[in-house]
Amino acid sequence: MRGKRVSGAERNRQGMEDKLLQGRPDVLVEVDRDRAGGGLRTEEMLVNMGPQHPSTHGVLRLMLRIDGELVLECTPHIGYLHRCAEKIGENVTPVQFIPITDRLDYLAAMINNHGYSLAVEKLLGMEVPERGRYIRVIMSELNRIASHLVSFGAYGLDMGAFTPFVYAFREREYILDLFEQVCGARLTYSYLSIGGATQDLPEGFPERLAQFLDYFEPKIAEYNNLLSFNQIFVKRTAGVGVISAADAIAWGLTGPCLRGSGVKWDLRKCVPYDIYDRFEFDIPVGLPGGVGGAPREAVVGDSWNRYYVRILEMQQSVRILRQCLQQLPSGDFRAKVPRVLKLPAKETYLEVEGGRGQVGYLVVGDGKAVPRRVKIRGPSFCNLSIASHVCRNVLIADIAAIIGSIDVVMGEVDR
Amino acid sequence: MGWIQNRFEENLVITSLDWALNWAKSNSLWPMTFGLACCAIEMMATGAARFDIDRFGAGAFRATPRQSDLMIVAGTVTYKMTSRIRRLYNQMPEPKYVIAMGACTIGGGPYFKYGYHVVKGVDLIVPVDVYVPGCPPRPEALLEGLMRLQDKIRQGTIARPAQPA
Repeated sequence: MRGKRVSGAERNRQGMEDKLLQGRPDVLVEVDRDRAGGGLRTEEMLVNMGPQHPSTHGVLRLMLRIDGELVLECTPHIGYLHRCAEKIGENVTPVQFIPITDRLDYLAAMINNHGYSLAVEKLLGMEVPERGRYIRVIMSELNRIASHLVSFGAYGLDMGAFTPFVYAFREREYILDLFEQVCGARLTYSYLSIGGATQDLPEGFPERLAQFLDYFEPKIAEYNNLLSFNQIFVKRTAGVGVISAADAIAWGLTGPCLRGSGVKWDLRKCVPYDIYDRFEFDIPVGLPGGVGGAPREAVVGDSWNRYYVRILEMQQSVRILRQCLQQLPSGDFRAKVPRVLKLPAKETYLEVEGGRGQVGYLVVGDGKAVPRRVKIRGPSFCNLSIASHVCRNVLIADIAAIIGSIDVVMGEVDR
Repeated sequence: MGWIQNRFEENLVITSLDWALNWAKSNSLWPMTFGLACCAIEMMATGAARFDIDRFGAGAFRATPRQSDLMIVAGTVTYKMTSRIRRLYNQMPEPKYVIAMGACTIGGGPYFKYGYHVVKGVDLIVPVDVYVPGCPPRPEALLEGLMRLQDKIRQGTIARPAQPA
């Protein structure tokens, strides 16, 4: 290299390679600098990843500016699933809007129902009966497990492991069975509505839920043996796509992505809504390498930690569910809701801890039955915004690892 | 069916060949992994542990349209996505089939009235063989749709259509 003329772009590229290799001592890339700087002509290339791509989790399009295997820039393009949810919210009554909230984050529909109902109830000043509140928490936590199971299975799929996907869906089907018993739907439930739940729990539900929890809890160890501590999986994810705690907060990340970066922040604990202050549970956060069973290569805020936080959260959800079952009171499952809800001329904003982060609903009423404005904060949208920052100077194969660990649901990004 | 299509009158050889070709085609449908929205999750569930679409020979989900025979349009089609769907369909080799899965794909579904960015039916963009209603359809419904498609394939023939007298 010495003695040759090196262009600015070339120097820049070398700097990136150095940086990349510092972060990835395990990747043995022989960079023949003299050849690259000498006769061989290299140029950057623009590659579209998506909107139809198995590891973009839906219809996300990533514009990659690449130099060989190195990704110099990654720009997410969204809007392929814009389904006008907020506009629909301005045209239908809150009860009619519940089915649309199902379809925002369709992996955790119950939590969306829960959040929107809470926001409208806060606007109306409505009180929900105790049993209704417990039913809501039970459904939200069950759905959180189901959502994390899909995330776990699909992440394995992204990393080239098919078996965890089948295992995850096996357990998920049991949760869906429980949902079917309460409302008849498998994916879009509309079960939690303004004032409580639409129906009471069916007979024998608490017993079947307890049975499921006993069945499910040992399976988490199985997942860990199968995927979490699998050497191939660890090599693909640990130390990849590190987001520092400061960055995570600055970019507005929430949910497992924020906690994976080591920030102990969970709305259920920090700003308890509904009845979450009655339960004992921990907030799992990202672990540095070698601590608490984390593999040696792990760094706080990397893809592995974002993934592993979800596994730990499933355990915590099981804990909450057990306490719910112990405390479940009898009584009404739904408050008396008038046929026409007149929304007062006020505005209210409420956030709940969803499957992917904080789901926020802004509802503005103006004295009519139909809200004047509904604004939804989709956590996936905010989480995805960091992709352009973190998918820089990484290998192409790492893009799948990073996007998969951020775990976006496009229905929520585009709304 | 390529060069052999429409070359011969219907006869014993052709009908036997039809049977063999249709048997092969209908029992090895390779779908494309083409999830758009919520229905994609049910499509994944159909491919996973309990329902196992592999029992009907359609479990080999391909990531590229060039290797697949069947496009299961699972989810809401938006205007921004239309040109991509059209292009993906054009990239698939013949013979190719389309299943419209879910209410959105059939006619806009819950987004029919106020969804200004939602295409009111994927059949405006690509020809559809089987419609599977539901929001989202259960995996059993998708399997039923697949079997209806297999029935349709089994009725196909390579013989020249009879000329009107």
